[in-house]
Amino acid sequence: MKQLQFDSTNAICGLTFIGLGGFFIYQCLDLDLGTAFRMGPGYFPLILAAILTLLGVVVLVQATRVQGEPMGPLALRGMLFILPAPVFFGLTVRGLGFVPSLFFAALIAAFASSRMKPFLAVLLAGAITLFSVLVFSYALGLPFERFGPWTRL
Amino acid sequence: MDLVSNLALGFSTALSPENLAFCLIGVLLGTLIGVLPGIGATATIAMLLPITFKLEPVSSLIMLAGIYYGAQYGGSTTAILINMPGESSSAVTAIDGYQMARKGRAGAALSIAALGSFFAGTVSTFLVAIFAIPLTAIALEFGAAEYFSLMVVGLVSSIALAHGSIVKALAMVALGLLLGLVGTDIYTGTPRFTLGIREYADGLNFVAVAVGVFGIAEILRNLEGEKTRSLLMAKVSGLWPTKDDFRRMMGPVLRGTAIGSALGILPGGGAILAAFASYTVEKRVSDNPREFGQGAVAGVAGPESANNAGAQTSFIPLLTLGIPANPVMALMVGAMIIQGIVPGPNVATEQPTLFWGIIASMWIGNLMLVVLNLPLIGLWVKLLTVPYYVLFPIIMAFCSIGVYSVNSNVYDLYAVALFGLGGYLLVKLRCEPAPLLLGFVLGPLLEENLRRAMILSRGDPSTFITRPISAFLLALALAVLIIVFLPSVKKKREEVFQEED
Repeated sequence: MKQLQFDSTNAICGLTFIGLGGFFIYQCLDLDLGTAFRMGPGYFPLILAAILTLLGVVVLVQATRVQGEPMGPLALRGMLFILPAPVFFGLTVRGLGFVPSLFFAALIAAFASSRMKPFLAVLLAGAITLFSVLVFSYALGLPFERFGPWTRL
Repeated sequence: MDLVSNLALGFSTALSPENLAFCLIGVLLGTLIGVLPGIGATATIAMLLPITFKLEPVSSLIMLAGIYYGAQYGGSTTAILINMPGESSSAVTAIDGYQMARKGRAGAALSIAALGSFFAGTVSTFLVAIFAIPLTAIALEFGAAEYFSLMVVGLVSSIALAHGSIVKALAMVALGLLLGLVGTDIYTGTPRFTLGIREYADGLNFVAVAVGVFGIAEILRNLEGEKTRSLLMAKVSGLWPTKDDFRRMMGPVLRGTAIGSALGILPGGGAILAAFASYTVEKRVSDNPREFGQGAVAGVAGPESANNAGAQTSFIPLLTLGIPANPVMALMVGAMIIQGIVPGPNVATEQPTLFWGIIASMWIGNLMLVVLNLPLIGLWVKLLTVPYYVLFPIIMAFCSIGVYSVNSNVYDLYAVALFGLGGYLLVKLRCEPAPLLLGFVLGPLLEENLRRAMILSRGDPSTFITRPISAFLLALALAVLIIVFLPSVKKKREEVFQEED
């Protein structure tokens, strides 16, 4: 008996497409479809979502036929430190203000590499902040508050 | 003659001290970014958009254009010196350029690349100037059906140029189009796919999506296996090519320019394809094809000219039709809209100084690249020694500032993180991000024109094939699609992309 073989990357990829397509189809159900003459807000997205789902099925079927390379390691440490940096900046830029918010965002991002030493990270974050404040805030005059309400006690 | 007076207007705009300065800054920044691996032109332009907000529209677009071809240029420098293309379009240059460098001819290779690029840039700038006006006239005849069909051509050709599975590339286009539709429906005002978040009612911010999918995903990929880069040489000597080199680069440069100019116009991003096509052609017409891969002059001169010509002519669809040919052009559309200019056929007539100023600045920018970069190569080489773990916190900080400054919307920053994660996972699943981004940009336009065309035809879909221009474009799209699915082409295509890796 032949065992069913899966190319795991393509299987995950197909399932992802099906999932995303399904999500958009589900969302379209609340929208007015309209007619081909006067298309409602849901008409075109529904077609697209259906195509996406269908392509997901095709990729999934292909996964059982062709063997590909494995996915390889994920940059877990990278994801853990890189992705929160803009989120932190977004959460605090209004409250803390541009200067402290950017400093900490850069500091968080700096730790994504295992080679970064704490002292160098602080120094680097400081340099980035100084440069950005001079260029973006003073020279280009972007309307950021340099120190926000949270820093005033 | 019209062309002469138009070009004169363009040069008088581009040669103002201010615009010259911004062109210079753009070109230098672009080269800098192109030299530094790990961040491409798309993410750079997205990052630097805020710098241009305060500038005049002409100056800001001149600077952005400078970043774009500066990055192409810088990419070939690293391709030759360390066998690491800073930009995907210079991947081909690395094959023979690096071999030349290993034989101690790095200086000659760099000069050949520079001179070839400059020649191609000059010719294709003239092509843009010559074809812009007639194409604009055609574009004014375009109705909703034609625009729809043209965008379909663009999306289909972006699939043809994507790596790997065609089915996946198609799915990426569909996903991109769907993401582009997030926001308020223009006809009825119904919010779509916003998950009830009011801040996304205007749609997802294009800059946030571009930075996430291209910039952050790329950083994450680089963090997977941190390697130290080895530098071939610290000193580059003997810059000037020999007489023999000149003789041998003539043909490839001419052919490369022709190939690049033709492919660059195709919506879907022709510069990369042009470089590959040129390399293949040179290998075929060469008297001794075995030289290729061992440091052939033609293998550097041809592809470099082709990718520069392609980079230049990809402005044609943007300037005449307002349709971006690649992600970088999509960012230019974004920049134009921020400056209050609606890209499309009307730009040439309503904003002649802007239109011709950009065209003239392309040539000036190319000249600057040749004059400045050959002496500055030592500096670029030094930059390559900056370790990556110092670079990416800087990139992250600038990305955050750049994205936030577009609309001062903190939800855009959350979108960056989300799309960074999504983009990284899609890359891991072997999906190309470029078709997704093109779909994202064209999504709203495509839907709007589809709906308008259907209303105009009273619900009769045959309007797309009874109108001749539309029918021609759709036939073209179908032909491209059939060709990429043909077994022989499919195999060839896989080989080409294999070579790049």
